[in-house]
Amino acid sequence: MLAEAMALSAVLFGIGIVGVLTRRNAIIIFMCVELMLNAVNLSFIAFAQYYGMGGQVLVLLVMTVAAAEAAVGLAIIISLFRHQKTVDLQNINLLKG
Amino acid sequence: MLQQSIESAGAALHPLANSAANYLWLVVVLPLLGFVINGALSLIPAAKIGPCDPDMGHDGHSEHAGHVGSGDSHDDAHHPTRSRYVGLVSIIGPLVLALSFALSLSIFLAMRGTEMTTPFIQKYWTWMVTGDLKIDFAFQLDQLSMLMVLVITGIGTLIHLFSVGYMKEDPGYPRYFAYLNLFVAFMLILVLGSSYAVMFIGWEGVGLCSYLLIGFWFSEKANADAGKKAFIVNRIGDFGFLVAMFLIFANVGTLDFTGVAASAGTFAFGGAVITAICLFLFLGCAGKSAQIPLYVWLPDAMAGPTPVSALIHAATMVTAGVYLIARSSFLFSLAPVASLTVAFIGGLTALFAATIGLKQWDIKKVLAYSTVSQLGYMFVAVGVGAYTAGVFHLATHAFFKALLFLGSGSVIHVMHAAYHSTHKHDDAQDMRNMGGLRKFMPVTWVLMWIATLAIAGIPPFAGFFSKDEILASVFARTSHSTLADASWLGIPGSTVLYIVYGMAVIAALLTAIYMTRMMIYTFHGPNRTGEKEQEAMHETPWIMTLPLAVLGVLSLFGGWLNIPPIMSFLGPALSLEHWLEPIVGASTLAVTKGEAVHLSHSTEYVLIGLAIAIAVAGILFAIIFLKPSKLVNKERSEPEVGFSKVLENKYYVDEIYDKTILKPTYALSKNVLWRGLDAGIIDNMFVNGSAFVAKGFAWMGSRLQSGSTGRYAWLIVLGAIIVLGVFSFR
Repeated sequence: MLAEAMALSAVLFGIGIVGVLTRRNAIIIFMCVELMLNAVNLSFIAFAQYYGMGGQVLVLLVMTVAAAEAAVGLAIIISLFRHQKTVDLQNINLLKG
Repeated sequence: MLQQSIESAGAALHPLANSAANYLWLVVVLPLLGFVINGALSLIPAAKIGPCDPDMGHDGHSEHAGHVGSGDSHDDAHHPTRSRYVGLVSIIGPLVLALSFALSLSIFLAMRGTEMTTPFIQKYWTWMVTGDLKIDFAFQLDQLSMLMVLVITGIGTLIHLFSVGYMKEDPGYPRYFAYLNLFVAFMLILVLGSSYAVMFIGWEGVGLCSYLLIGFWFSEKANADAGKKAFIVNRIGDFGFLVAMFLIFANVGTLDFTGVAASAGTFAFGGAVITAICLFLFLGCAGKSAQIPLYVWLPDAMAGPTPVSALIHAATMVTAGVYLIARSSFLFSLAPVASLTVAFIGGLTALFAATIGLKQWDIKKVLAYSTVSQLGYMFVAVGVGAYTAGVFHLATHAFFKALLFLGSGSVIHVMHAAYHSTHKHDDAQDMRNMGGLRKFMPVTWVLMWIATLAIAGIPPFAGFFSKDEILASVFARTSHSTLADASWLGIPGSTVLYIVYGMAVIAALLTAIYMTRMMIYTFHGPNRTGEKEQEAMHETPWIMTLPLAVLGVLSLFGGWLNIPPIMSFLGPALSLEHWLEPIVGASTLAVTKGEAVHLSHSTEYVLIGLAIAIAVAGILFAIIFLKPSKLVNKERSEPEVGFSKVLENKYYVDEIYDKTILKPTYALSKNVLWRGLDAGIIDNMFVNGSAFVAKGFAWMGSRLQSGSTGRYAWLIVLGAIIVLGVFSFR
């Protein structure tokens, strides 16, 4: 049972990484990051079945962080859109050295 | 205060322990106190804000002292202001010196009352302790330092008094006395220090004061340059002194005079180490006492006020080298080669400077070269191991040369006042502008003649006795002495000594000539200053003639300090020799192989007769061949030709130094040290180079920061994979 859960988690995490690396739309990248977080949550839950309740506690923690991150991240994306009229990250490179 | 911290270093047993010598520290502290007070007063600005330069005048070589503006009130508008504290400074400046002199006299009397064989050492505090080196700040009172203290404070007091009259109109009056007091304090530390290190404090201190006083009228560039020249040339000599100190410490392990003297026997006689120590010490002496090749600063030092020239550049500071060698006689008597070098350089300097003195027109320049020449005599004496003779000539020279300088100061003072009264700008120091001053300044004239006869070596004036003793000592050392047996650069020592004797005799002849020349051109013949100027010429006030008179008496009777045995009908013979016996007696005997100098009476009479004949011949020569009536003003005089021109230009030594040392040094400094090392390697390679490297790395770092979020994501993933990889496969 654990192996299957781990495999699913790895697949989800891989999809998330590929999404982050290949897509340009900020919203989609954001969703992919959430996907990665949830893949990790899944593995925590799976571990919690075998090794005690610590995993579940960590899941709650990750969800809290994710919620906060979603709020801040979406706010940034909105204000970016207001200024640039786009959420395509290729066009947003003001901070280069 | 200080007294409480005195630790009695065996002083309880010393015969001077409960005498006036306990207040030895006060001798130095008094002038120092004068410096503090006068220095504080000099910081308070003058009543009227005036220009600092005492005179906006003419060429840089002439002196701007003595603004006797008496009677010309219309002149006050552009006349610089006098200091507000002239009265107070005039009292404090000479008073501290007079008190110091009185105290040293009482110490001297206490010393005469006791049989003193070991020096009286007073330790005040421990100056430094590092490793094996331990240096106490302590004063050493013995017969030699006592004599020096008496000369310094005695002549110093007279010159301070003279300065009151000479410098009164100068706006920098308190500053002048502050420096002068400070000089005396340092000079006393120099002669009283109980170790080479403490002596070095005074040695450097007097150099500083000399620099400050040469450049006293620093707003004129020539004066400031002269000060710098003196300081830099002295620095070369100080390097020698320092190296000698290091060598002494490395070989003996102490710097105290008593300690070094006690272990001087460990040096091999005439060995390389002791010779090196003595030669380096002599390099220091050559700088401070203006010997070839480092004498060039002393003639330029005449840019300072004339009383300064009298005190520092004739009577006291420049004799420090002679004192150092007499003090280190226990070392020099072990190094015949070094001693012969000292004697030879001394003789050469005496002759060389005397020839230059023949053709100088500036009255102070004549005296300056005369000083260099007479210092040469002293080095001849200490070089041949006649330490008493050297110190004797030091003392008599202090008397008559201070008199000559102060006398020339009076002349310049009067000349300046004369030109000032008619607003004429001419050289107040050039003898071609003087002549016939006998009519106007009879007292100065008589006293200057006394000093001239003294320096020329006419009996019974002071210089005769000391110079004769030096000449006789050189002659006596040509046989049966360690010096005669030694070999100097392959030449037998006795030959060197004969050469030195010859040079000293010729220099004595030249001395008589140029001194008489100076007197004739200054005081005799018709006056060349100008009709109107003559009205303002008159004898100087008593405060200036009184010190002259005292010095005149000393120049007359100074010879009685040390009368040769064959003239014992004049008084007690060899009193100075007996006085200095505990200090230099053993060293003198070491040079003469343990036997007292023995010249037969007939030889001695011949030598004395020769010395007198030479002096008289020189004076007669000058009187017969020099015609002051044919002399014309500086402005109208023809330039010299031939060898006279070479002499007038001082053998072009300054120019030669300029070409061979200064110019190459400048070129080296500019092209190699500045452009190559400083600008090239340090600035370009290290400073700019490190900045360039940092900039390169920064550029590479900045390329990574593209601003593209996608690439950042890639890098994060890459980094995570690397970290995971490292953890998995290690």
